[in-house]
Amino acid sequence: MTELFEGLKAAFLLLVRLDADLVEITLRSLQVTLSALVIASAIALPLGAILAVRRFRFRRATIAVLNALMGLPPVVVGLCVYVMFSRSGPFGVLGLLFTPTAMIIAQVIIIVPLIASIAHQSLRDLWAEYHDLLISLNTTQRQRIATLLWDGRRALLTASLAGFGRAIGEVGAIMVVGGNIDHATRVLTTAIALETGKGNFALALGLGFILIALAIAVNFAIHWLTRTEVEGRW
Amino acid sequence: MVKTILPLEISNASVRRRGKTLVGPVDLILAEKGFTTVIGPNGAGKTTLLRMMHGIERLSQGTVTWHGPNAEVRGRQAFVFQSPIMMRRSVRDNLTYPLTLGKTPKTEARQQAEDWAERINLKSALNRKATVLSGGERQKLAIARALIRKPDILFLDEPCSHLDGRATREIEELLQGAHEKGIRIIMSTHDMGQAKRLASEVVFILKGRIHEFSPADAFFDTPGTNEAKAFLSGDILE
Ligand SMILES: Nc1ncnc2c1ncn2[C@@H]1O[C@H](COP(=O)(O)OP(=O)(O)O)[C@@H](O)[C@H]1O
Ligand SMILES: [Mg+2]
Repeated sequence: MTELFEGLKAAFLLLVRLDADLVEITLRSLQVTLSALVIASAIALPLGAILAVRRFRFRRATIAVLNALMGLPPVVVGLCVYVMFSRSGPFGVLGLLFTPTAMIIAQVIIIVPLIASIAHQSLRDLWAEYHDLLISLNTTQRQRIATLLWDGRRALLTASLAGFGRAIGEVGAIMVVGGNIDHATRVLTTAIALETGKGNFALALGLGFILIALAIAVNFAIHWLTRTEVEGRW
Repeated sequence: MVKTILPLEISNASVRRRGKTLVGPVDLILAEKGFTTVIGPNGAGKTTLLRMMHGIERLSQGTVTWHGPNAEVRGRQAFVFQSPIMMRRSVRDNLTYPLTLGKTPKTEARQQAEDWAERINLKSALNRKATVLSGGERQKLAIARALIRKPDILFLDEPCSHLDGRATREIEELLQGAHEKGIRIIMSTHDMGQAKRLASEVVFILKGRIHEFSPADAFFDTPGTNEAKAFLSGDILE
């Protein structure tokens, strides 16, 4: 119990002092995760819509694979990205290993299946609702997908938020591909792992509280943004 | 661009699903003008027949031929479903949606939406979410959204089946107005009074087969088949 209290105190002190290291790794956490989120959403949301609307040969197989990939252990993803981007790997020449870019790539791979899966489920329901109308209006595939993405945007936001939650708290993969290098690839989760390992429980807990606060703040911010839209429009 | 995609010619057309014939074989020609009602008991195949004509139900055999190039004919028909499909958008955006699919400029689309909202007494609801409208308002909106692209022909599947008298009257007026403007209408209903008020010709369908296709006066005065007689006198047809 005293450790929890010490942790809260540490978090409080770090915050009031606006500790330079803390600010740096917090911003890096946000930068990596938000970049991964934008890229992953740009891939996963249209993918979810295509899976809802189009009937192609390997559709069922694709959905099954996507659902299976949701359970992918992040550390294994990290390992695969590591192998691909290590000096002797196929993308070794890019020199991306141990950079935030490699961390973003790993996170994208981890959250695309999650976002696409949730997006597909809600868009499938919306498609069932709209199907006859959109067929009758003779819409093109592209128009159908655009319509679903727009009218389903609230549910899609939830899908993206789930992805954000998973990515911001992820530690295994980004530890492997980022290396937790001070002033280069250290983020909140890897810093917590490091401090715990060193026995600095108070500091680790303090960072943990900040991580939680960050995740909640982003969720609230996005929900608040959509709430104002709802009240403004309807 | 052809003047109208009518007449519609249906030849030996059937819809079968899982070994069961739902409709057909149907041979029918719908002339350029008129207000056709399709009547028959529940499960007779009214919905399937309309969907088949509109081209959203796959044919198992036969042909449905419009007068015009294939690429053009679908855009010149409109269909109103039995339970109106409301897009999760404002009333305004529901009305503009079919126009935005084409090349209509945004301001023009909004203007037309406002004109239509005025006509169906929903002007004050333009910014309201369509999914919170009442049943009658939804059906009026669905009809306006169908008419906004100025179709040659409008299909309606039991548009008043869940509505009260006042909403029904409003919709009948809307449909009569569209008919007077020259829009071909084909509507299923199981309300005989409504069929009498609106129809210029009647298709009587039973167990997927068309038993009668005749001018409305003739059909209601002197039905030609025993089944139609029984149906009109209120007997239950299996
Ligand atoms: N997709 C389908 N598969 C199998 N049977 C269907 C399908 N759609 C409709 N039916 C059946 O076809 C018959 C005609 O249905 P429908 O056209 O909806 O009749 P109505 O509109 O006159 O009530 C009904 O017996 C219905 O159960
Ligand atoms: Mg029906």
